[in-house]
Amino acid sequence: MSDTITAEDPLSGEEIELPADVEVGEIIDSPATGAELEVVSLDPVTLEEAPELEEDWGE
Amino acid sequence: MHVGLLYSRIRRDEKLLLNELRDRGHEVTKIDVRKEQFDLTEPPESFDGLDVVVDRCLATSRSIYITRFLQSYGIPVVNSHETADICADKAKNSLALADAGVPTPNTKVAFTVDSAMDIVEEFGYPCVLKPVVGSWGRLMAKIDSESAAEAILEHKSTLGNYEHKVFYIQEFVEKPGRDIRVLATDGEPVAAMVRSSDHWLTNAAKGASVEEFELDDRAKELVKQASDAVGGGLLGVDLMETGDDYTVHEVNHTVEFKALNDAVEADVPATVVDWLEAKVDGEQSLAEVSA
Repeated sequence: MSDTITAEDPLSGEEIELPADVEVGEIIDSPATGAELEVVSLDPVTLEEAPELEEDWGE
Repeated sequence: MHVGLLYSRIRRDEKLLLNELRDRGHEVTKIDVRKEQFDLTEPPESFDGLDVVVDRCLATSRSIYITRFLQSYGIPVVNSHETADICADKAKNSLALADAGVPTPNTKVAFTVDSAMDIVEEFGYPCVLKPVVGSWGRLMAKIDSESAAEAILEHKSTLGNYEHKVFYIQEFVEKPGRDIRVLATDGEPVAAMVRSSDHWLTNAAKGASVEEFELDDRAKELVKQASDAVGGGLLGVDLMETGDDYTVHEVNHTVEFKALNDAVEADVPATVVDWLEAKVDGEQSLAEVSA
């Protein structure tokens, strides 16, 4: 059983590895570009560039 | 129990909570707030059958409105709208602490550059200018001189958002290169850490190093008072050491805990879920009694 899955980095087009238990809405750091990516769907896993930080974000 | 988790980003904090809830067999509905619409009387379908909603919105504006809608719908939400409203705004946060007699840094608010300059001159240098809304140490300014004060106030007065024209000015607290973050549930500490940095900002998000901290009785007392002052809930209480006492500079209402969980022995998500379970059990018992 594999602990990772692959998906296409939307910024570089490269196939990147992700933890197998990712879920919709999760933010991951792209190992290809370092950019923050958001998991927008599963099966197949689709990634989009995560929204940029906004001023009222925080704790 | 059936838990709704409000989110716009699933970070490691949310993932820790989700995993703990699922491992215990609780039903979890993730609700992406970006996709929801809120009616004045009827909750969106995603909220059907929820015993409690956990607000993990990153955006303060969303958090404040959604908790208010949920209150109108009669759906229990953690944290409450009142708590979110106070904690989201540094001026309200400071007022709540001062009203409750909790030691907090001397702070003044003004609405014009001239009045703000008068406060800066009164506090002396350095002093600190903070945005009333914001987090992670962003847009905070340590003002070291009159010329710096003039420049920063002028810049803020020309920024687009009206909130930057609310000048929140605070005395500079000489802390020993570190501050204390306490995660608490209704004032009961779950775990605490010190955040140390050579920089005057000691936020974990700014790269401060963290390690577990043992709270003494006085710190525990202040955490309880600070939590009560903002209406309780799952909170991050920030304290600074002032020699023989502490001062509480703020209370955070959508608290992050991944750095804390890594730094301490306690299982933070497990303790938070224990508290949620007890809270839901308590509300259900109360509902049965009054039925």
